[in-house]
Amino acid sequence: MRRSRGLSPFGKLFAYSYLLVFTLFAILPVVQVISISLRPGNQLLSKSLRIIPQDATLENYMRLFTKEPFLQWVKNSVVVSTAVTLVGTILSATAGYAFSRYKFKGKRLALFSILTTQMFPVTMLLLPLFILLIKIHAYDNYLGLIIAYTATALPFTIWQMKGFYDTIPYSLEEAAVLDGCSYFGAFWRIVLPLASPGLVITALFAFMTAWSEYLVAAVLIQDQNLFTLPLGLKMFQSNMEVSWGLYSAGAVLVSIPVVLLFFLLSRWLISGLTLGSVKG
Amino acid sequence: MFSKEKESRILLLSYTLPAFILMGLMVIYPFIFNILISFSNMSLVHFKDWKLIGVQNYVQVLSDPNFAYTLLKTVLWTVLNVVFHVGIGVSLALFLHKNLKGKSLFRTLLILPWAVPQYITALTWRGMFNAEYGWINLALSKWFGISVPWLSTEWGAFTACLIANIWLGFPFMMVIALGGLQSIPEELYEAAEIDGASWFHKLRHITIPLLKPVMVPAITLGIIWTFNNFNVVWLVSNGGEPSDKTHILVSWVYKSAFTYFRIGYASAFSMLIFGILLVFSWQFIQKTKATESVYG
Repeated sequence: MRRSRGLSPFGKLFAYSYLLVFTLFAILPVVQVISISLRPGNQLLSKSLRIIPQDATLENYMRLFTKEPFLQWVKNSVVVSTAVTLVGTILSATAGYAFSRYKFKGKRLALFSILTTQMFPVTMLLLPLFILLIKIHAYDNYLGLIIAYTATALPFTIWQMKGFYDTIPYSLEEAAVLDGCSYFGAFWRIVLPLASPGLVITALFAFMTAWSEYLVAAVLIQDQNLFTLPLGLKMFQSNMEVSWGLYSAGAVLVSIPVVLLFFLLSRWLISGLTLGSVKG
Repeated sequence: MFSKEKESRILLLSYTLPAFILMGLMVIYPFIFNILISFSNMSLVHFKDWKLIGVQNYVQVLSDPNFAYTLLKTVLWTVLNVVFHVGIGVSLALFLHKNLKGKSLFRTLLILPWAVPQYITALTWRGMFNAEYGWINLALSKWFGISVPWLSTEWGAFTACLIANIWLGFPFMMVIALGGLQSIPEELYEAAEIDGASWFHKLRHITIPLLKPVMVPAITLGIIWTFNNFNVVWLVSNGGEPSDKTHILVSWVYKSAFTYFRIGYASAFSMLIFGILLVFSWQFIQKTKATESVYG
């Protein structure tokens, strides 16, 4: 391997210790949550530092499924997240393409205003939305949630897709059009498949936005039957003495799918994200 | 590029319109409405019969000594977070870029904080900072015989939020830096070594300058996101506890709006936050030329 990336023995020792310290920092809260989720009811407030608690049990997980509306929350979150992922991916795939390939009036302004949306404090959008929903009595409705999440995810995902398309040479489409392909066909059959890593990251980002959002949901959803996972888990957490174990078990279950997705995609994440931001 | 053909006009519209209508609905409409009510006396009492009252709300926000204090605190919060995010993230990336055994395992575990949903991070750290039963105080008292009242004092709670947010944010910078490092040609280092450059020289004259164009857009976004990071502050401090002392600007506005229903006041406050960020980002982008590559 290349010499310049090797390290002296002392350097190696330092590198490993440094990585180890931060890895421990990174996994500490995760280990904690798992540990608490395994505690039996009488040890929730235990002061022991053991990682695997005495009499470890899956009692909390069982209760989550049998006695609490956890499955209902999962269902609600899946409905909302799937819709956001589909709509968000389609819209950013097309809008990103337009920004990458077309010259049109107001393009720079449009791109900059997309960036500006990141500067809005959350209340600036939430407050008018809240007032509107009260006035038209559109509380407790997923449609509002889906539109809000998609719109929040779009600025980032459009930029991301634009960056990705920019790295695909324009000559490919030109050749296709010369060969008699329509413009849409060139986009659909040539460019889109090449951009699939970007699409995957965009979908992941849209999904995570919806799966993990607490604030907008807290304002728009009041009916407990419509609670998404974040609202449900927050409810457990607010009386921690009683439900700390339930909260932890829920947190573990909610995180597993996103963490798995993240790891599966992490190779693409590193290339896609930097392509998106550098060559943008 | 495609410019004159009719087909492409229609395509352009159908590519961009749906996204813009949706964002317009959710961004432009609330934005304009927010400007309007920031000049009004809307509150719980005057919810239906509100009227425009001029700049009174802005005067009220700006003349409140708490505003300057919270602004300073927010700046401190942002600077500390971003410095730690970038410092930790880039240094880890430098090590992960070396030929070390087991580096992909380290990389995977180090990305973990990014993968965990933000609200779970915040709620979990809140549990860990619990004075009596939280892991942190249990470990501190067992190993060092001390116990810190994390969540019940102003700066204890601030530090708790800070630690939780540093945990959550460094992997993003690490991943960006890793990508940037991969694009630096190896030959540069080899050439520098032939010239006898030291480790520090290579860092200073090759790595940092070539990493900069990758990091600057990420840092810009990082600053904006941290300045407006509602989730961590709100959920770790449980809405600003103790007694509304643990706030950054955005969490304080949220509380004014949705707990105290001072709607006009809160929207004027939101406009000011937005203004601050807009001016800052514009300056920052101009100075660092962050978007030069982006607008291509």
